Amino acid sequence: MIEGLVFYLFAAITVASGVMVVSSRNPVYSVLWLILAFFNAAGLFLLLGAEFLAMVLVIVYVGAVAVLFLFVVMLLDINYLRLREGFMQYMPVGALIGAILVVELLMVYGGWRFADEAPLSVATRTPDPTVISNTDALGRLLYTDYAFLFQAAGLVLLVAMVGTIMLTHRTRTGVRKQVIAKQNARTKESSVEIVKVTSGGGI
Amino acid sequence: MLTIGLSHYLTVAGILFTLGVFGIFLNRKNVIIIMMSIELILLAVNINFVAFSHFLGDLNGQVFTMFVLTVAAAEAAIGLAIVVVFFRNRGTIAVEDVNRMKG
Amino acid sequence: MHAAIVFLPLLGSAIAGLFGRVIGDKAAQLITSILVGISAALSVVVFIDVVEAGHTLTVPLMNWIVSGDFNVAWSLRFDTLTAVMLIVVNGVSCMVHFYSIGYMHHDPSVPRFHSYLSLFTFAMLMLVTADNLVQLFFGWEGVGVASYLLIGFWYEKPSASAAAIKAFVVNRVGDFGFALGIFGVFMLFGTVQFDPIFAGAGAKAHTVLHLFGRDWNAITICCLLLFVGAMGKSAQLGLHTWLPDAMEGPTPVSALIHAATMVTAGVFMVARMSPLFEFSDTALTVVTIVGACTAIFAATIGCVQNDIKRIIAYSTCSQLGYMFFALGVSAYPAAIFHLFTHAFFKALLFLGAGSVIHAMSDEQDIRRMGGIWKHIPLTYSLMFVGSLALAGIPPFAGYYSKDTILEAAWGAGTPVGHASYVVGVLAAFLTAFYSWRLIIVAFHGKPRADEHVMAHVHESPLIMTVPLMVLAAGAVFAGVLGHEYFVGEDMEHFWSKAILILDKHEAIHAAHHVPTLISLLPTVAGALGIGLAYVMYMFVPSLPGLLARLLPGVHKFVLNKWYFDELYDFLFVRPSFRIGRAFWQGGDGALIDGVGPDGVAAATRDIAKRVGALQSGYLYHYAFAMLIGVAAFVTWYIVKVG
Repeated sequence: MIEGLVFYLFAAITVASGVMVVSSRNPVYSVLWLILAFFNAAGLFLLLGAEFLAMVLVIVYVGAVAVLFLFVVMLLDINYLRLREGFMQYMPVGALIGAILVVELLMVYGGWRFADEAPLSVATRTPDPTVISNTDALGRLLYTDYAFLFQAAGLVLLVAMVGTIMLTHRTRTGVRKQVIAKQNARTKESSVEIVKVTSGGGI
Repeated sequence: MLTIGLSHYLTVAGILFTLGVFGIFLNRKNVIIIMMSIELILLAVNINFVAFSHFLGDLNGQVFTMFVLTVAAAEAAIGLAIVVVFFRNRGTIAVEDVNRMKG
Repeated sequence: MHAAIVFLPLLGSAIAGLFGRVIGDKAAQLITSILVGISAALSVVVFIDVVEAGHTLTVPLMNWIVSGDFNVAWSLRFDTLTAVMLIVVNGVSCMVHFYSIGYMHHDPSVPRFHSYLSLFTFAMLMLVTADNLVQLFFGWEGVGVASYLLIGFWYEKPSASAAAIKAFVVNRVGDFGFALGIFGVFMLFGTVQFDPIFAGAGAKAHTVLHLFGRDWNAITICCLLLFVGAMGKSAQLGLHTWLPDAMEGPTPVSALIHAATMVTAGVFMVARMSPLFEFSDTALTVVTIVGACTAIFAATIGCVQNDIKRIIAYSTCSQLGYMFFALGVSAYPAAIFHLFTHAFFKALLFLGAGSVIHAMSDEQDIRRMGGIWKHIPLTYSLMFVGSLALAGIPPFAGYYSKDTILEAAWGAGTPVGHASYVVGVLAAFLTAFYSWRLIIVAFHGKPRADEHVMAHVHESPLIMTVPLMVLAAGAVFAGVLGHEYFVGEDMEHFWSKAILILDKHEAIHAAHHVPTLISLLPTVAGALGIGLAYVMYMFVPSLPGLLARLLPGVHKFVLNKWYFDELYDFLFVRPSFRIGRAFWQGGDGALIDGVGPDGVAAATRDIAKRVGALQSGYLYHYAFAMLIGVAAFVTWYIVKVG
């Protein structure tokens, strides 16, 4: 029973946060609502026995991605008062389509039944959590069977990093940067000038 | 009702998914909302995976969720970089102003 | 040798037509004229052979159509009727070819002219030597084409082009009837060859055809349909409107085609089909009535025409009417005899008129001529001779043939026959009248042309006058010489199997036994006509004007050709144009083009523009579209599979 109540709590707040993300006037508020949604989703994960993923959600998603969102929102200095026009134009059709989608999804999910041989064709059996913890189990799986994909995911992140830096990098005038090659190529003649100075005369 | 089964989790995920989709095309405010709606969609998908993993007793779902998380992070980073550059060039991130591809 | 008669003109036509520019005008003229001349000489040989020695024969050439029961072959038939026509066609054509060397001397397209003349000769020869109806139709159509080409020879002149089209279209109406007649004959006899048809005609005399809910005599229907074709080709009343306008062509064309040969094709065809026509009294009666009406109708119009060629054209129309009512009373020999003599004097008159036009520097209106008989005495006397022949004054050719026709009409004994006689005598009176009107007004009196033209009045060169003299010889002697053979005592031996006359149709035989008054009346009428013409135009020149003022309605009616052209224009020409325009603009333009190419193009442009609006450039539009797609896909999947 507790489980049921907790589930409904987490689920309700997640959904409510989702609604607020979309319909909030201030984009900063939208990000904050998103963070709340993530937290409650992590809670749902916990209920499902995936504690590692729940923590990863909080650390990576909230701690990194959502904060990144916040940075960018702040950075862009948006005049949010001017926005928010034209929301209503697509409302009817959009609402209709959305409603259809929801109804269909609910139809499918509501009547979900597993096929009889489904439990038999499980690829990787979840080990008993009392014996091996979720993190341990995941680790055992990830670094052995999925090692290649793991490395590939790392490469994806690397590419994303390089891409982001490359996209947003701009050369600003007036910034003095070191160019090692130029420094090394300096000659005595171009950089030093011997001036005969008379005593007390100055340059 | 109180016995939480797979359907409950799937329903939640479905609603979140629809909300995310709603957010993409209903909003005219700014492009960041679109990005956040995409995160919502991915979150819904993650919930689905983990729910199935739990009820089927298959650990693969959680592995896949990890990968989804990874890719989502990468995608968010690059998407935001693009938004920043766009803002630098256009001075606005209102969705209506992203219309240079008009055919 | 027999095939050469028919194909030499074709060879000449091809040489002049294809290589005319290469070999030059003179060569084209000479080659075509000589080849037709050879053909003419051979025709005389064949005539003697066929008639004297009795060697009728058929020369098979080639198979044409072999399709189930329908067999048509190219083959040439030579019997008396053919031999007579060969003389007429080749003789007149040869004279016209030589005459044209002089007349068309200044024309820029001489080889084309001679090529067309020879082409026409070939087609006419095919027509008269045909052994079956389809080959005859080939020749029939061929002369129609040649007529179109020749009438519209000066095609830059819009009136000439229009006249050519008119001739072709009116002929087409006749040809439609002719084609239906051929179909009917084939349906009745199972063949289109003459010999089986003629042999089987008697047996089928009472066959009945059930059409449109009524029973008709089959042979009558076929004959009437064939006669419609003859009406078109020979410019009988109803389908005559093309003949006067055909005078737009050069004068040699009028002489050859619209006097001697093409227009007589209808007469020839009915005579050829005599074994068939004999068995249908209704058809014969219709032929008689139409012929008689045409004779008087054309004669009245000829009296008030002012263009020299038109007078002679209406005269031709009238004489053709004579020939037809002769055919109608089963006096086929008389009709062909008149055809024979008429060819000579009518061609003479036309070529003579050509000489006059040439002398008067291309003036064709007789009101602007006059006082030239002393300047061109040869032309004058030759035209005088031709007119005497036309008016039926003995001993010239026309007297023999025309009188025989009228006597036969009386001798037929039927009411139609008697009526035709009366009409014929009246027409003879008018014929003489307008012929002398032409001669007096054109040649006598004070000159009404200006001095410049009068100074140029000169006799035509020999190349033009020699053919005239040859034709004049025919006009003078053909009647006297041919009378015995064509319609006299030697008739049966002459014609033998070429013409069939049933015993009950005794017109031609009775012609020799009519009362003297009847046989004298036409000559008297002719003399009266000549006398009246002298009175009205020579002695009391004010008389014509007075008459016109006294009877303005009649004068106007006749002057406007009995308003036939206006009637046809109202009934057929304007509605056709209207229908054509409706189909063109409404049907083709609006409907087919509008829905088809133009419509498709416009729709494509329209749809493309609308689809292009989808490329708004707004991301959320695209996302929206994707969402709608997803929703639709899922819905379809659930409905279909779930």
